[in-house]
Amino acid sequence: MSYEVIGITVLWIFLFGYLIVASIDFGAGFFSYYSTLTGKRHLINNIIERYLSPVWEVTNVFLVFFFVGIVGFFPDTAYYYGTALLIPGSIAIILLAIRGSYYAFSTYGFKKDSRFYLFLYGASGLLIPAALSTVMTISEGGYIDVDDKGKVTFLFSKLFTSTYSWTVVLLAIVSVLYISAMFLTYYANRANDRGAFEVVRKYAIAWSGPTILSSLLVFFAIRGHNPVHFERMTSYAWMFVVSFACFLVAIFLVWTRKRLGLAFIFVMLQFGFAFFGYGAGHLPYVLYPYLTIHDNFTSEPMAIALISVFILGLLLLIPSLYLLMRLFLFDTKYVQGKRGK
Amino acid sequence: MLLSGYDPVMYSRMLTGITLGFHIIFATIGVGVPLMIALAEWIGIRRNDEHYLLMARRWARGFVITVAVGVVTGTAIGLQLSLLWPSFMKVAGQSIAIPLFLETFAFFFEAIFLGIYLYTWDRFKSKMTHFWLLIPVVIGSSASAFFITTVNAFQNAPAGITLKDGKITEISPFGAMLSPAMPTKVSHVLITAYLTCAFVLAAISAWSLLRGRNHVYYKKALKLTMVAASVFLLSSAIIGDLSGKYLANYQPEKLAAMEWHFETSTQAPLVLGGILTEDNQIKYGIKIPYALSILAHGLPNAEVTGLNDLPADEAPPLFIHYLFDIKMGFVALMVLIAAAFLFILWRKRSLAYSNKWLLRGIILAAPLAMLTIEHGWIFSEVGRQPWILHGIMRTSEGATVSDHVDIMLVLFVLLYIVLGITSVRVLMKMFKNNKAEDEMAARGIEGGGKQ
Repeated sequence: MSYEVIGITVLWIFLFGYLIVASIDFGAGFFSYYSTLTGKRHLINNIIERYLSPVWEVTNVFLVFFFVGIVGFFPDTAYYYGTALLIPGSIAIILLAIRGSYYAFSTYGFKKDSRFYLFLYGASGLLIPAALSTVMTISEGGYIDVDDKGKVTFLFSKLFTSTYSWTVVLLAIVSVLYISAMFLTYYANRANDRGAFEVVRKYAIAWSGPTILSSLLVFFAIRGHNPVHFERMTSYAWMFVVSFACFLVAIFLVWTRKRLGLAFIFVMLQFGFAFFGYGAGHLPYVLYPYLTIHDNFTSEPMAIALISVFILGLLLLIPSLYLLMRLFLFDTKYVQGKRGK
Repeated sequence: MLLSGYDPVMYSRMLTGITLGFHIIFATIGVGVPLMIALAEWIGIRRNDEHYLLMARRWARGFVITVAVGVVTGTAIGLQLSLLWPSFMKVAGQSIAIPLFLETFAFFFEAIFLGIYLYTWDRFKSKMTHFWLLIPVVIGSSASAFFITTVNAFQNAPAGITLKDGKITEISPFGAMLSPAMPTKVSHVLITAYLTCAFVLAAISAWSLLRGRNHVYYKKALKLTMVAASVFLLSSAIIGDLSGKYLANYQPEKLAAMEWHFETSTQAPLVLGGILTEDNQIKYGIKIPYALSILAHGLPNAEVTGLNDLPADEAPPLFIHYLFDIKMGFVALMVLIAAAFLFILWRKRSLAYSNKWLLRGIILAAPLAMLTIEHGWIFSEVGRQPWILHGIMRTSEGATVSDHVDIMLVLFVLLYIVLGITSVRVLMKMFKNNKAEDEMAARGIEGGGKQ
């Protein structure tokens, strides 16, 4: 495997990590708001808060990691994406900032459940994935223009009126809700909280259909928008088939209320296969058709240094993350709320 | 300039400056406070004194709020670097990816353990187990300051690269971290962050004492923080002197602009205050003979390069002299306040906790310390203009050419105003509704542990 492929694979893994942890977080924010509207807040709020409090900071790091890493390995991405993404990127930053800080303000500061605040929190949970997913859309090409001098112009109206970009937004929002509900189902079960479990299980099942439907929509939209990518994706068709099989297993387990931890692992596999299948099909392009992973790849010593630092860092991070999960995810007493702060 | 049409370079500079200026407040707290929490918790465990343990707990609670704002503004600046300075980041990606990357690792490490620390106060049998969880937080926060300052040092004095016709040809990944500016910059940033946090926490205790709440808890907190502040103040003075010597050797134009030193000369005087007329004459300034030569090279007869001997289009704006003087004025005040406290504590202990003027001075020292940080950074950053990468890339070449930077500037300014006001309100409310006295009563540690 070349350094380029190792680099992009490592980054893709981090992006996948962000996709999972951020989805849980964003979806939980939405459900928290939705449950207030339907009068079920008292049922599910406890488990959501107990899970989110110790981990919300870590979620952000996955994202920072990805964009620092991609600039390191592929310096040209900073130039193209940096120029093109000023508006969607800034909006995403502002939403993330409001959401992150207000989460901390309400959790650690004054305990006041204002409806307006909950609305902001819930709405941002859906708007952030929408804003971030535009990066994926742009990577397919057709939304930026590069002139002879290398000046990059972002075609905002084209993005706004394209069917493909809206199907991606739809998929992002729906999957966030699905992933989050599936996780909360597992967590509520661990917490032995029947009331919460029944509520979030319904959410999970309700969002499973739309997830699959919007995935199919994106497939068709790519075919229309970027046939080259679609062709390449069909050569990885088996990955999407496996992804669908994992989806069926996950839903079956949740439906029969059995082995919910395993069910969530299958959810991760479902998205893992689809995400890596999509990514593999996208290669070698980082930004179709302007930028491939071979264009202006970082120098060899830098690539080796970055990969080594990655490995050393992971040796430090994996045990720490494991400790965090042991203390707050797999510690039955904590999950059930029997430990004080 | 500001209103005459759309200039993405100017707006990018303003937006980056405002984001960093706002982030630095929270970043400084993020670097320094964990150390103070660790100090309090360690003393509490060693002396078996519940007061210090409560101190650590209360500081940690307020700390989370500032961390939250620090994290989100840090994410903002991280992304803004690519959005506003795409050409610069293209070069940075080639040369300083390692420290940028390591900074994220350090932050990751800190975030994980801070989450654990905050939720495990009463979870372990041994108090020391909980204390050990804080060590990765202290290391992580200082390490991220270390790595990100390394990136800034590289901008000031690029290292680890080979230049050919102004283009970077060869790169040594770790060499970029060993810039000549690195040792002084990193140590200055770390020490002043510790110093500022010690003063900020001291001001809180002084405030309570001034309000007539003279529980021994506040006296212990004041003594701990003020003694720490004095130690950090002394070390930052030494590092400040080394920074002057660094500038003389590597960035003479910054030193010359900061001291309005036009003619290259020996026995150069240091100018305090004053104003500069249109034709570069200094009015009302106080000249201290030999002082600049001593600051620059440690010898009164040493030669200091003047601005007239440096290319005119590479000179930083001359107003940085005012920034530097204001900064040094603040430092002088802080020294005075810390010395007064130590002196009174030594001669007449009880007065140190009750003298109204002394307590007011300590309260004043906290905003002064924060302002010193801001002035120091603005001085340092404006002082390397016109370069974004000293000697390699000018700031105007690094900026984005995108439209709408002005609208983004307005949006972000609004965001920071809202975040700033809310975080202050939340912090005030948190501690007003739950006073240390009430918490001590609730925990049954009214009298405190053995001294």
